[in-house]
Amino acid sequence: MASTLLAETPRGGFSFENCCRNQFFEQKGIKAPTAYKTGTTIVGLVYKDGVVLGADTRATEDTVVADKNCSKIHYISDNIYCCGAGTAADTEMTTQMISSQLELHRLNTGRTPRVCTANRLLKQMLFRYQGHISAALVLGGVDSTGPHLYSVYPHGSTDKLPYVTMGSGSLAAMAVFERGFKPNMEKEEAKKLVRDAIAAGIFNDLGSGSNVDVCVITKDKVDYIRPFDEANLKGQRQGSYRYKKGTTAVLKTEVKKIPFEVVKKTVRAEPMETV
Amino acid sequence: NIPYPSVRPQPDGSQEIKLPEGPYGVPDVMLNGIQSSKAKLGSVHPLEYSEKHWHENKQKMDFAMLRNTQGIHMPLRLQMEKNVAQKINRLPGMHSSNLMSDTLSGRDEMIDFEDILNNPADCEVMGDTHLLMDRRAGLL
Repeated sequence: MASTLLAETPRGGFSFENCCRNQFFEQKGIKAPTAYKTGTTIVGLVYKDGVVLGADTRATEDTVVADKNCSKIHYISDNIYCCGAGTAADTEMTTQMISSQLELHRLNTGRTPRVCTANRLLKQMLFRYQGHISAALVLGGVDSTGPHLYSVYPHGSTDKLPYVTMGSGSLAAMAVFERGFKPNMEKEEAKKLVRDAIAAGIFNDLGSGSNVDVCVITKDKVDYIRPFDEANLKGQRQGSYRYKKGTTAVLKTEVKKIPFEVVKKTVRAEPMETV
Repeated sequence: NIPYPSVRPQPDGSQEIKLPEGPYGVPDVMLNGIQSSKAKLGSVHPLEYSEKHWHENKQKMDFAMLRNTQGIHMPLRLQMEKNVAQKINRLPGMHSSNLMSDTLSGRDEMIDFEDILNNPADCEVMGDTHLLMDRRAGLL
């Protein structure tokens, strides 16, 4: 608690000052504003040369679509990207934090970062906050040891698998993957399968929608294709529906002069224009 | 073998609440404000306790591990270095860089929520420097 004259320097990090007040409000029946979630479908797939990540682009706030075209595939490092589901702010800040930490690590070691390092950093951070940071992530990248794909859950557990799906549309997408996945697929085949999985999520889950974003990571380069497929196009207007001028008949016209009163005159010097 | 403390962040635990002492054993309201143990004790959020003691607990765990693998000398030396580093700082009321403690603990190679949210360097409140020095000198 802040004392009057002998103030101690506060610690950094999260401040829990308002929790007491919020609890008091809850007891009185005043509801807190809800977080902006990304009810989502995110998927990842390991193919012959690397990793393909896919995501939809809808962000919801309870039952209203908050963002029709948000970007869910976040940059972690040049060879590692991460898709995020859960509370939008949490995924955004978590991925940015891990990206900074990984960059510092890279500058210290002088080597390209490994996907398992990013995984370990994420895992340790999420476990520290015991699931209160609601970020479910699909982490994929290619490093010196090959392509790797991890799924990270909000409480800090991770899985290393050849294909993963997360988010509210994960079941729909997983069904498509289970049917179509083969080890060592070609690039076009892998992209098509990812697109189909996200489309399954988009059309069968309320929380996912709009377009499909795809990110292909290989040893040499990253292809961030946004949008890969516009699955939901808004209807095009056929013509102009405005009323023509003169549709409403004019009955009477009266022109009046409004007398203005000069209140103030200011004279200002203007520099010469040399044109 | 010394048993290791728990890895999992604990939501509750015993903490010592120290109310400031003043003349006649009663805290001085002018300097410290109105104090209540209950306010300082209450942790509403399950993470509050674990965050407050995070660095302490991590260090306890590391020291237990070092004691078991390398012997008692290692944690003693590290603690000594840490104590020395903590004495190197600016006068009270001002923010010090803590360069040596950061290097010893590894914080100079790491970026965390503590560097972004509520950074003590950007604090908007500052105590009265003269009174803080008086307290440090034991005159208050």
